[in-house]
Amino acid sequence: MSNTHADTVAFVRDTMLPQQEPPPSSVGAVGWARANLFSGWFNTILTFVSILVIGFVLYEILSWVFSPTWNAGSLRECREILSAGGEATRGACWGVIRERWIQLLFGFYPADLYWRPILAFILLGVALAPVLFADKVPSQLIWFSAIYPFLFPWLLWGGTIWGPLSALAGFVIGYFVFKALSEVTSTLIGIIAAVVAALLWWLVLSGYVVDALNSILPIGIQAVESRNFGGFMLSITIGVVAIACSLPLGIVLALGRQSDLMIVKYICVGFIEFVRGVPLITLLFVASVLLNLFLPPGTTFDIILRVLIMVTLFASAYMAEVIRGGLAALPKGQYEGADSLGLNYWQAQRLVIMPQALKISIPGIVSTFIGVFKDTTLVSIIGLLDPLGLSNAIRADSNWNGVVWELYGFIAAMFFIFCFSMSRYSMYLERKLRTGHR
Amino acid sequence: MSELAIDREIDRSKMKVSDEVAIEIINMNKWYGTFHVLRDINLTVNRGERIVIAGPSGSGKSTLIRCINRLEEHQAGRIIVDGTELSSDLKNIDKIRSEVGMCFQHFNLFPHLTILENCTLAPIWVRKTPKKEAVETAMHFLAKVKIPEQANKYPGQLSGGQQQRVAIARSLCMRPRIMLFDEPTSALDPEMIKEVLDTMIELAEEGMTMLCVTHEMGFARQVANRVIFMDQGQIVEQNEPEEFFNNPKSDRTKLFLSQILGH
Repeated sequence: MSNTHADTVAFVRDTMLPQQEPPPSSVGAVGWARANLFSGWFNTILTFVSILVIGFVLYEILSWVFSPTWNAGSLRECREILSAGGEATRGACWGVIRERWIQLLFGFYPADLYWRPILAFILLGVALAPVLFADKVPSQLIWFSAIYPFLFPWLLWGGTIWGPLSALAGFVIGYFVFKALSEVTSTLIGIIAAVVAALLWWLVLSGYVVDALNSILPIGIQAVESRNFGGFMLSITIGVVAIACSLPLGIVLALGRQSDLMIVKYICVGFIEFVRGVPLITLLFVASVLLNLFLPPGTTFDIILRVLIMVTLFASAYMAEVIRGGLAALPKGQYEGADSLGLNYWQAQRLVIMPQALKISIPGIVSTFIGVFKDTTLVSIIGLLDPLGLSNAIRADSNWNGVVWELYGFIAAMFFIFCFSMSRYSMYLERKLRTGHR
Repeated sequence: MSELAIDREIDRSKMKVSDEVAIEIINMNKWYGTFHVLRDINLTVNRGERIVIAGPSGSGKSTLIRCINRLEEHQAGRIIVDGTELSSDLKNIDKIRSEVGMCFQHFNLFPHLTILENCTLAPIWVRKTPKKEAVETAMHFLAKVKIPEQANKYPGQLSGGQQQRVAIARSLCMRPRIMLFDEPTSALDPEMIKEVLDTMIELAEEGMTMLCVTHEMGFARQVANRVIFMDQGQIVEQNEPEEFFNNPKSDRTKLFLSQILGH
């Protein structure tokens, strides 16, 4: 008995086993189908039932989508075309899209100036490239991205060139004030002074300077009023501005919420909790109706600008909480590692903490972006003609009274393209930034 | 714990303790809320000293060295590092932190940066070193800790021992005059402990002023010039390693040593 036991316990391997191929039925297309579709009689039945259901649904949808009504001039014509084809009244009425797609894209923007929003959105792509694909485009392009926020409103609204230049000057002034003061005093004092100086310029001085310069050297392009804006142009404008501004604001709010300075902290907490606790529609009504009551009579404060501010504030409160989640997920050791090397607070945040916190928060940040972009449709409630607002206007036309699915389908498809690209981009970014194990 | 297996002679020619004071701690006290963690700590460290701080967990040894670069704030007493007193003045704190290197139990490398970027980050942003020079310095110290070939990898791709050596190199890139080690080998496998200890011994051989919180008694015996034993937030006993291990004075030290070396 003890003999056999001794034989099995003592064991020395003298040759290592080589790596072997897996059995052929577990790899490749056959292996995949076997594992995912036909792994047992019950799953095989389910697979066939699913294929039948998907086929039926697709057939119904596609036979509706492919309908020969592209050239119809009214809903009545659509019905005539469809009934002539024999197929009762089933099938989409695409004439409405052919006739009105330009309006759904640009609203009532003057037709001879369509090149301006088109150019603005093409340049938007150029300006976004160095931000979104930093490793694939020349880094000098970032200078264009920095100028773009001033170019964009000028192209859309037109008017004198001095307006955007003076807005830019505010940032330059703020930068120099910060530079001068942060050397002699602390960074915090520098920041506060810079913000005050910039606000002083924008709110008080810049108006006179712009008027003066404009009377000396009137350079400008034809102005377009906000009430002519509409369609996807309006949605994308509001969406892009709110997205671009809410991220930095959200970062500041999230840092403020964690600050040791009590007043800063409670201002941030109060702002975040108040804005998150109120529906966006309420804020939009405040923007459209109430804000005018508080402003001095005679002030004209553009409605789109007011909406932009409200949507940005709303988004930044959500953004702040998403980023706070990312900050909370970072181990304390990262702060200590940065501190122990002598990095100051802002350097540590910029170089060590934020890159990691933002990376962790990417899914949440992009969800918020997508949410903000879709929420831009709410502006139709305060009378701005975003795609949904326009769809009501189009259906009020007697030619198209009764068209529902085609318009909403088109709008939904457009929104889906934008939102799905954002979601795909975020997954690409997550893969690119994954540095753990490769 | 385990005795250190050192396979070479330790070169003591440069391990000289000078008269110059590097760190002075006078009547320092610290509380966490109402809990008195550090009680009346008095400690003077001269340049070139290699001090090992030992003691049971919760005795305040980590807190003590974390006070030296202000990762923890002390509430009473004075800490003077390289002639600069630690106060709430942020400029002083950042200056001291850039002069004092620190290695942590969990390395605290920045996982989003490559090894090389980890090492050049602080020299470029704190010391304003030109990038080219910072990279040269970083490669020099990475070669010194024997992992120059890993420079372009990310911390997540390295073993624990390699990560800790990178952390040491990262601190050295700031050319510190004092190094603090907070249990640098406690999170490592036995095989990796040796490579980190070897790096630390090399540092000691070059005359670096070192304060190490560690359970590696072999390292304490062979490298340190002074061992400090702490319990309940106080320094209970300090002595040269030979005396400390062979002839401990206090009962608490005897008990600790019998438990840590007994098996």
